[in-house]
Amino acid sequence: MKKLLLLLSLAALLLTTRAVPSAQRGPVAPPPGRIVSLVPATTEMLYAMGAGSRVVGVGTYDRYPPEVDKLPRLGGLLDPNIEQLIAIRPDLVIVYDTQTELRRQLERAGIPMWGYSTKGLSDVTATIKSLGDRIGMAAQANAAATGIDARLQAVRTRVAKLPRPKTLLIFGREPGSLRGMNASGGYGFLHDLVELAGGVDVLGDIKQAAVSMSSEMVLARAPDVIIELHYGEAWPPAKIESERRVWSALPSVPAVRNGRVTLLTGDEFVVPGPRVPLAAERLAAVLHPESSR
Amino acid sequence: MPGTEYSLARGTSTVRSRLAWTLAGFGILALGACLLAPLAGGTSISLRNVFDRAQPYATNIDAQIFFIARLPRVIAAALVGSALALSGVVFQALLRNPLASPDTLGVSAGASLGAMLAITFNADVSIGGLSTVPLASFTGSLGALAIVYGLSVIRRGGTSTMVLLLGGVTLTALLSAVMGFVQFVADFTQTFRNVRWMMGSLDVASYAPIVAALVPMAFACAGFATLPRVLDLISVGAESAAARGVDVARTERVALISASLATGAAVSLAGPVAFIGIIVPHLVRLIVGADHRLVLPASALFGATLLIACDVVARTIMAPLELPVGIVTALVGAPVFLWLLFRRA
Repeated sequence: MKKLLLLLSLAALLLTTRAVPSAQRGPVAPPPGRIVSLVPATTEMLYAMGAGSRVVGVGTYDRYPPEVDKLPRLGGLLDPNIEQLIAIRPDLVIVYDTQTELRRQLERAGIPMWGYSTKGLSDVTATIKSLGDRIGMAAQANAAATGIDARLQAVRTRVAKLPRPKTLLIFGREPGSLRGMNASGGYGFLHDLVELAGGVDVLGDIKQAAVSMSSEMVLARAPDVIIELHYGEAWPPAKIESERRVWSALPSVPAVRNGRVTLLTGDEFVVPGPRVPLAAERLAAVLHPESSR
Repeated sequence: MPGTEYSLARGTSTVRSRLAWTLAGFGILALGACLLAPLAGGTSISLRNVFDRAQPYATNIDAQIFFIARLPRVIAAALVGSALALSGVVFQALLRNPLASPDTLGVSAGASLGAMLAITFNADVSIGGLSTVPLASFTGSLGALAIVYGLSVIRRGGTSTMVLLLGGVTLTALLSAVMGFVQFVADFTQTFRNVRWMMGSLDVASYAPIVAALVPMAFACAGFATLPRVLDLISVGAESAAARGVDVARTERVALISASLATGAAVSLAGPVAFIGIIVPHLVRLIVGADHRLVLPASALFGATLLIACDVVARTIMAPLELPVGIVTALVGAPVFLWLLFRRA
């Protein structure tokens, strides 16, 4: 039994050591020339820093930039295709930090990897810089990060003195009804974006990235602005209008009363990558139409 | 089946007075739950404000929380709780199996598959204020009912119940596999919505889905109303029921269709809410005995009470967050069911 425990703790120790992203160990290998990125955010970052030509494979959910459509897709967060991945002979694979099984398999195959995780908006530029370091493009990455920071700061400055409306950001619900609503809570990059764009997150006190909303919560929290994010297939204007009308079931909510329910489409709202300034600008335009050009 | 001390020879007046007492007792419980539940919730509201005519309704938040968020929810809980409990009673008698529940014959799985397909493939159909997911869910339950009904028609002689039961269990397994496949092809947000739907929710946020669910439930209740006496005989054994002049095949069809319609309506309204359909019939039989003239109405009332109570817990225990009601019913239901099991053993 003791032996088993010792073995288990040794294994655990070994795994923990392995779980440290290679980026934190410092650049030991020559800059990788064949990169696989299974994470949409890091794919966009690679292209933003000018390393797009080195990307040889992407994940199932990568959609941007359009060039990724020509690249082989090697699976998603839950179903990475390890065989295809090895066959493509990458010298760096960017994986989610939570893909522990895939990390183990890559480790066994001797393929270098770089783990990605994100908590909030500030992680976007930090990740770009650290990824740039890892692939030997620190200068370009820093330039991209500085550009992003400058645009975000411009939004922040523009809304700084304006009144901050109570904002509810919904990122999913049952179409045609107010059931199954998921909203951004007081944690994560969507929450940070709302606050940066000059809104007060009505769920700011609930420290979760996603909150299951009920109609009572919407009525009780009385948001001034409701922004709904829709991604995937595009909706025609008539559909968008009919989905906006669904909210008329809650007439006392200020956002509904004052016609401030907006549906936004675009995956810059789901990908915490280099397009976050665009997302911030679009949110600011909704929250502060008077300040937008 | 325990508790078969009931006999048809017992005086009608005795049954009538027991029925009156049973209805009064369980009725008061259900009425109390209906009246008190809208007062509880994550937000504190004042009843004076709710009924204050001086405040325009359009800006009266308390009134809207009461009439838009809570009242439909309590009504939905009452309907779903009743429907599941009634189906549970009927399935347990029909299949002569104390483990039978509204989930046993695959109707519930059919309803779940329908909802999952609608969520995953972004189906967009709405009829009369009803959105896609409940419509797809109810359609799924009808599909499953058609298959189960087909099985019940082609069955042979004395093995009917066994064939129906095994067929239903197999159908459930098959539908679960298809659900697994649908989950596999779904993307992240859809998977999240599918999982969330499977946990059950009574936040209907309008009266339209309730009115829609009432239609199949009314048909089901009309069917249930013809059943009490024959279910007593059938639950003892199909052959002895037939010997006493019961048209067993017809009764089984009425029971199967009514209970399936009620289950389909309940699941499409609230998602698959666990355990109500299995524990309520057992608890009620412990209190009123096995006479279906008492068990059916008492289960309807007690099912309503229990689900309303579970929903109050779901929306207050972690306020301002709300737990999915299916988690609460399972957390309450599973220990109660185990207690029943060990008590019998």
